[in-house]
Amino acid sequence: MTTPESARVEPVDESVTTTTVEELRPLYRQMLAIRRLEEASAKAYSQGKIGGFLHLIIGQEAVCVGAIAALAADDYVVATYREHGHAYAKGVAARPIMAELYGKKTGLVKGLGGSMHLFDKSKGFLGGYGIVGGHVPIAAGAALAAKYRGDGKVAMCFFGEGASTIGGFAEGIALAALWKLPAVFICENNQYSMGTPLYRSLAVEDVSLRALAHGMARDRFDGDDVVKVKRRIAEAVQRARDTSEPTLVEVVTYRFRGHSMSDPGLYRTKDEVEEWKRRDPLTRSRQRLIDLGATEADVVALEDDVKAEIEDAVHFAETSPAADAYLPYVIKE
Amino acid sequence: MPVMNIIEAVRDALRTQMRQDQRVVVLGEDVGKFGGVFRATSGLHEEFGADRVIDTPLAEAGIIGAAIGMALYGLRPVPEIQFGDFIYPAFDQIVNELAKFRYRSGGQYPCPVVIRTPVGGGIRGGHYHSQSPEALFIHTPGLKVIAPSNPYDAKGLLLAAMRQNDPVLFMEPKRIYRASRGEVPEGEYELEIGKANVVREGSHVTVLCYSGMVSIAEEAAKKAEGQGLSIEVVDLRTLMPFDIDTILASVKKTGRCVVLHEAPKTCGFGAELIAAIQERAMEHLEAPILRVAGLDTPFPYTLEHEYMPNADRLLSTVRQVLEW
Repeated sequence: MTTPESARVEPVDESVTTTTVEELRPLYRQMLAIRRLEEASAKAYSQGKIGGFLHLIIGQEAVCVGAIAALAADDYVVATYREHGHAYAKGVAARPIMAELYGKKTGLVKGLGGSMHLFDKSKGFLGGYGIVGGHVPIAAGAALAAKYRGDGKVAMCFFGEGASTIGGFAEGIALAALWKLPAVFICENNQYSMGTPLYRSLAVEDVSLRALAHGMARDRFDGDDVVKVKRRIAEAVQRARDTSEPTLVEVVTYRFRGHSMSDPGLYRTKDEVEEWKRRDPLTRSRQRLIDLGATEADVVALEDDVKAEIEDAVHFAETSPAADAYLPYVIKE
Repeated sequence: MPVMNIIEAVRDALRTQMRQDQRVVVLGEDVGKFGGVFRATSGLHEEFGADRVIDTPLAEAGIIGAAIGMALYGLRPVPEIQFGDFIYPAFDQIVNELAKFRYRSGGQYPCPVVIRTPVGGGIRGGHYHSQSPEALFIHTPGLKVIAPSNPYDAKGLLLAAMRQNDPVLFMEPKRIYRASRGEVPEGEYELEIGKANVVREGSHVTVLCYSGMVSIAEEAAKKAEGQGLSIEVVDLRTLMPFDIDTILASVKKTGRCVVLHEAPKTCGFGAELIAAIQERAMEHLEAPILRVAGLDTPFPYTLEHEYMPNADRLLSTVRQVLEW
């Protein structure tokens, strides 16, 4: 507990990863759509249209978008309770995501799951999980199945740095290393497990070092640049696919909002939040698009398109019928 | 007398006991600076410091394991498991270690750990933030299980739990954490562990309930009154050891009984209560004892009202018992 609070902000990586408008445009579009989706869900939540708990990924979009862009369409993703963005990046449309948050029949899981429990087997999205760290062994199991079948698929598992202290994490990565499973474990280190900062949770703040104990490959970098995330995660995906070896990757990022909608975030200073907002991956990517030669009119057109997509998703959710039955999905007499 | 909700009553009990017993230490996820996810420990970190109100990593097995060690070396830890649903990673520590210490140490170490955890649905928390796992722990010899339904009971029972020597699972009804308000004495008082409370007297049928279901039973009893039905509502307050004497006295008086709980019906605590009554009072029963409970399904999100017992479901079962 000796780390000074001022040392928490990672140094900004000024390096620029080579890219093109063609590569960056869809990544920027996904990040923006996720942010607008989250903003729309926050609004609906504050209006009482979405109940329960709601955890927003605003500020962290470059991690799920960059990482999942490194996967093939039929690879697996296993995610946390902060998973709306991961589902979207894995190809789930905004409409069923929003309808699920609303608890509507047209939702991704018929309105029976809600925010933390999205699931879409057809897209290889093996779920959001509400028990922190409990899903890490599940991801290892998915990777084991892929290896057993020899179908060349990779399982990508997301978790927060808070999960790295839980037994499920330790057991999950240990099995993946032992059995040489085609898995990529991505720690989305947003620096707070709810309200507790990393330096009060872990004696050694570098989560990726845990890989060393298992002889596992590791990587660690910041999540400001979506293209860099894509490149670096692609190395881990390649390793999983080519040699069936797992990698533990830590991406340092920051959530701009509270842990959930009910958290005002009083445990961090306004200056700290503002400093991270200056590193907003969306602002950075937008500027990069312009620098690479995209016209302002191009970018605005893309942004208008995203706005329309999310408005449509909200309208879809609002006008869909409520979930009306769940017993048919659980009871077999 | 001050009026408090359940959260405030719990906090008041913790503060009261921590002020007079240096051995009492609170630990858990975000219980310190953050003040707890439901704010039950708010202000304790400021008053008692980081050594006595300890923020832990997310590691339920580690939290309970550490609490056991602390208790063995003379502390009186009060760990918080943030949601009852998160207790399962610590299940091994609770069942295999905590519950067995008095026995396996030949009575040397009773292991005074009081685990606080919010339970139950009704806040649209979905499958991972709504469950009622009491039966698993009632079924574990060596644990005491307490499930208060209101602020007065919460404070008095929590104080009593922190002052005795055996491990306790203290389950708090999160749906009514703030909605349930009532007068709570300042400072000291204890309620006896293992004593039920007849919250409403009646003559036609006994309803046994606890935790968040007590207010449902009271609502049903009020409705029934208008229809000429007299329901006696017994709040068990402690589930293990449960107050068989009060239960039997009530059932012998009314001759009929319905058990109400939110947890799934199959192998729920209701089954045990019914067996316990029949073993002792078969000849006093005018009708079979029925159960109103949660469904045998995962806890649903949108349709939790279908899952959770309500006054109408209870009344319909009460009528079945009366018409038998």
